[in-house]
Amino acid sequence: MMWYFLMSDAFTFGAFLISYGSIRFASNGWPDANVVFQSFPGLGNGLPLMFVSLMTFILIISSVTMVLAVKAGHERKKQDVVKYLVMTIVGGIAFLSCQAWEWTHLHHEGAWWGSNPFPNADGSLSTSSNFTNFFFTITGFHGFHVFSGVVINIIMLIMTLTNTFERKGHYLMIEKAGLYWHFVDLVWVFVFTCFYLL
Amino acid sequence: MLTLFGYLFLPVFTFFKKFNQLIFNSLYMDQTLSPAKEQFEEKNEVMKVTIILSVLTIIELALGFLMFKSFPEAGFARNFIKGTIIILMLAKAYYIVAYFMHLGHELKNLIMTIVVPLALFVWFIIAFLYDGHSFNVNRNTYDRYKQQRGMPNQMDPNHVEPEKVKKPGTLE
Repeated sequence: MMWYFLMSDAFTFGAFLISYGSIRFASNGWPDANVVFQSFPGLGNGLPLMFVSLMTFILIISSVTMVLAVKAGHERKKQDVVKYLVMTIVGGIAFLSCQAWEWTHLHHEGAWWGSNPFPNADGSLSTSSNFTNFFFTITGFHGFHVFSGVVINIIMLIMTLTNTFERKGHYLMIEKAGLYWHFVDLVWVFVFTCFYLL
Repeated sequence: MLTLFGYLFLPVFTFFKKFNQLIFNSLYMDQTLSPAKEQFEEKNEVMKVTIILSVLTIIELALGFLMFKSFPEAGFARNFIKGTIIILMLAKAYYIVAYFMHLGHELKNLIMTIVVPLALFVWFIIAFLYDGHSFNVNRNTYDRYKQQRGMPNQMDPNHVEPEKVKKPGTLE
């Protein structure tokens, strides 16, 4: 069932990203991602792609720890499951904090739904807020998924600590939570590429 | 144009497949693995996929930098790099789905019910992007207002030619 939920979610994200793409193809100008996303906390401006690569690595690593947690569940090692779940949750919270910083930073630069302060890549003035609208909607939707993933993982951690899975005799629930978490990582691969690289 | 890109990346795909066989075949050569060895191999596989994902991300970022620094103008080089980045993105998605989410281990019918609907995306992407592009062409051709808004404004006294604008993110 998890797979079918993920498929429907994939269609939602796909629809968002395709509408982003078709609007971008229908526009004469579009802001340059390397100019918009060029700040790093504590290091100032002029560092395009740096912060978002940090975010990407955080999410990939938390996906890896989730694989290890699922594997530990297979082997019914409760201590390992707890350890790796905590690491995954920390990774998820770190990602959310990074995103919160980035949103705050962009908001201070005047970007929000309905307002786009960034010039187009060719230097002309931007005439619509399509770019910021899509950016905040899609990364916000993804951030909401990360948030619910963190909540699900915390619930899994509590259930592990209260021996629910030990009594059941299997850790299948963690596998389902793991699928969701990997899906969040998968979506980020696409969102990250579409907004920051292309 | 799309077909051209397809032919360009055919060797990339072939290489990708060979590379995969090279890396992962050693794991499945021995069919009679003891449980302890199997665990070790599984952990090994997770490490390998982690490294592959990281390397692919680093290559993507390097290409992004290259595009930003060396090819500021739209053109073939820029499109080529973007195509490469998309291929790498799909490779990453493949590794996550196949090795982290273990879709390959599911029943074949389940895989089909997931993958076949998602194949619709191929058509969605082509159709919608083509539609967006033709909408842009139509409006630029027939809608004078849109044309003026999209082009650099000649009437604006403060207007500077695009080449002379210093981009805020540019390093000296």
